[in-house]
Amino acid sequence: MNHDSYPDNYIRSILNGVKSIAMVGASPVNVRPSYFAFKYLAQRGYDMIPVNPGHVGKDLLGKPFVASLRDIGRPVDMIDIFRNSSHIMPVVDEALTLDPLPKVIWMQLGARDDAAAEKAEAAGIKVVMNRCPKIEYGRLSSEISWMGVNSRTLSSKRAPAPTQGMRLSLNRMSVGGGDTAASDRAAKNKSEQS
Amino acid sequence: MSDRLPGFSTLAVHAGAQPDPTTGARATPIYQTTSFVFNDADHAASLFGLQAFGNIYTRIGNPTNAVLEERVAALEGGTAALAVASGHAAQVVVLQQLLQPGDEFIAARKLYGGSINQFTHAFKSFGWNVVWADPDDVASFERAVTPRTRAIFIESIANPAGSITDIEAISTVARKAGVPLIVDNTLASPYLIRPIDHGADIVVHSLTKFLGGHGNSLGGIIVDAGTFDWSTGGKYPMLSEPRPEYHGIRLQETFGNFAFAIACRVLGLRDLGPALSPFNAFMILTGIETLPLRMQKHCDNAKAVAEFLAGHSAVASVNYAGLASDKYNQLARKYAPKGAGAVFTFSLKGGYDAGVSLVSKLQLFSHLANVGDTRSLVIHPASTTHSQLDDAAKTKSGAGPDVVRLSIGIEDKEDLIADLEQALGA
Ligand SMILES: Cc1ncc(COP(=O)(O)O)c(C=O)c1O
Repeated sequence: MNHDSYPDNYIRSILNGVKSIAMVGASPVNVRPSYFAFKYLAQRGYDMIPVNPGHVGKDLLGKPFVASLRDIGRPVDMIDIFRNSSHIMPVVDEALTLDPLPKVIWMQLGARDDAAAEKAEAAGIKVVMNRCPKIEYGRLSSEISWMGVNSRTLSSKRAPAPTQGMRLSLNRMSVGGGDTAASDRAAKNKSEQS
Repeated sequence: MSDRLPGFSTLAVHAGAQPDPTTGARATPIYQTTSFVFNDADHAASLFGLQAFGNIYTRIGNPTNAVLEERVAALEGGTAALAVASGHAAQVVVLQQLLQPGDEFIAARKLYGGSINQFTHAFKSFGWNVVWADPDDVASFERAVTPRTRAIFIESIANPAGSITDIEAISTVARKAGVPLIVDNTLASPYLIRPIDHGADIVVHSLTKFLGGHGNSLGGIIVDAGTFDWSTGGKYPMLSEPRPEYHGIRLQETFGNFAFAIACRVLGLRDLGPALSPFNAFMILTGIETLPLRMQKHCDNAKAVAEFLAGHSAVASVNYAGLASDKYNQLARKYAPKGAGAVFTFSLKGGYDAGVSLVSKLQLFSHLANVGDTRSLVIHPASTTHSQLDDAAKTKSGAGPDVVRLSIGIEDKEDLIADLEQALGA
C-alpha cells in the first residue's frame, strides 16, 4: 500500500465496513482532537471504546475507559491510534496479539510509522496513516462541506438531512481518486526533508 | 464508485452543490438567514467548540456561501476555502493569521492600486510592514527576506498591465525563506492559471471580477492549498499555539491540511466580521457555472483587440502578454496557455489628453473602476485607481499618465474594435 495518498475507495470501504473502533489515547479533555473525533464517530453510529490507562475507572461520553487493547474483552474492527509516531509500534505489537485480529489499524493526523504499518499489513490488517477518521468521514459524506472544505466528491442525488446518531452515505462520486496534487506534494516534500 | 477525475467545466457546475436535502431544490438555495437553530444544548456546545460540522450564525458560515467555498477550492485544487465580503477583506483576513505587529511581508510592486494602498497605509497602522519587490526580478524577493518576513504576496496576472508573474521562481524563494506564498489570482481565474500547481500555498480572489463575472456582486475568497507546515519555528502562533478564543485548541493539530482556512474563518472572519451576503454568494456561484465559456471568450476577444491596437497609428504601445512580441509572452505561454487574460493597458501617442479624449468618445466601453465584467470597460488608471500613488510609483506599477486600461468583455469582437476605431480616429 502506498501510504503517501489513499484512493477514496480504500478509505470508503474501511469506514463503511467497520462497526467498532477502539481509540488508543482517547482524551476526556474536550479541546483535544481525540475527544472531537471520539464524539463525532460515536454520533455517527460507531461503537466506540476509549483506551487510556490514565483514565481507567472513568468514562468518556458514557463509554468506560479500558487500560489496554487486551482489556477490551471482545473483538474490535478498527484501532484508531491517537499517539505520536514514536509510540505507534508498541500499540501495533499489542494489536497483533489480539484474537481475532482487528481488520484496520488507523494512525491519526501527523502520526506515521512505516515499519509498524508493514508489520500490520503482513498480518493482513489494513493500515491508514496520517489521516483523521472524523475528517475523512465528514469529507466522503460531504458533511464537512459546511466548513468550506473541499470534499473532493460530487453527487446529483438528494441526501437525507442528517440527524443525531445517523450513519451517512459515503458513496458519492470521487473527484480525482481521493487526493489533491497539492496535499500529496506537501506530504512528499515533508518526507523528503526528514 | 469510480475514482475518475472530472474536468474543469464539470467542477465549475457541480463542485460543492447537491440537491437541497429538505426540499430537493436543484439550484443552490439562497439561505437568507442570520442564524440556525441548534438540536439541543450539547449540539450548540459542539458547534461553538468546533467539534461538530454545522451552521451557527452567518458571520461564521452559511450554507450558500459554503457551496461557493467548496466550488472555488475544487477549481483551484485547494483543500478548503473561505468566502468573505470582498477581495480586500480576503487580504486582511489572510494576513491577520500570518502577521503579528512588527512582522513583515514582501509584496510584488505590480499590484492592483487598491492593494498597494491597503498594504502601505491601512496595514501599517496594524504594525504589518510591507517590503516591496520587483516581480520581474526574482532576486529582489530574495534580498527582501529578513527574520521578520512572514509571507510573500504576488498577483498571477498583475493589474493593471496584465503582466505575468513567474510564480514558480518566486515560490522557490518563499520555500527557502520558510514562508507561505500568497497569490492573488483575480485576473487569471483558475480557468487560466492554478497557482497551487505552481507552488502557491494560499490563493486569494476578488470574486467581484471574472469569477462572479457579471459586474453585479462584491465578494472575495481565500483558498488554502494545504501545503504549508505552520508548526515550524513558532512563526505562526495563530495556527500552531493553543488558542485562548477556543479553550486552547491548536488549529493545525486539529484540522491538518485545511487548518489555515479554518483559522481564517474562526479567528479572522468571526472576529473581524467581513461576511459575504448569501445573496451575493448565489450570484457569484451562478457566474462561476459559465466561467470556462466566458473566460475563453474574454481572452479571445482581448487578443483580437490587442492586435488591432498594436497596428493602429495613434497607439504608441500595447502591453498584452498574449501578443507574440510582448515582454511577458514567454511566461504567458508557460502559465496561461489558454489565453493571457482580458485586462491590459496601452499608451497613446497623444499622451494624457488623448487618453481622456478616447475615454469620452467610446460608446460601448463603459468608463468605470472595475475589471472582469461581461461588458467591456475602460479606465485611465493614473487619474483613478492609481491616483493616490506618486508619479514614479504610478510608472513603476504600470500606470503612467499616458496609459489606458481595458477590460475586454464577451461582446462580439468586431463591435469592440469598431468602437475603438471610431474613438481613436475622429
Ligand atoms: C487584482 C485585484 N485584487 C484585489 C482587488 C480587490 O477586490 P475587491 O474590490 O473585491 O475588494 C481587485 C479589485 O479591483 C483586483 O483587481
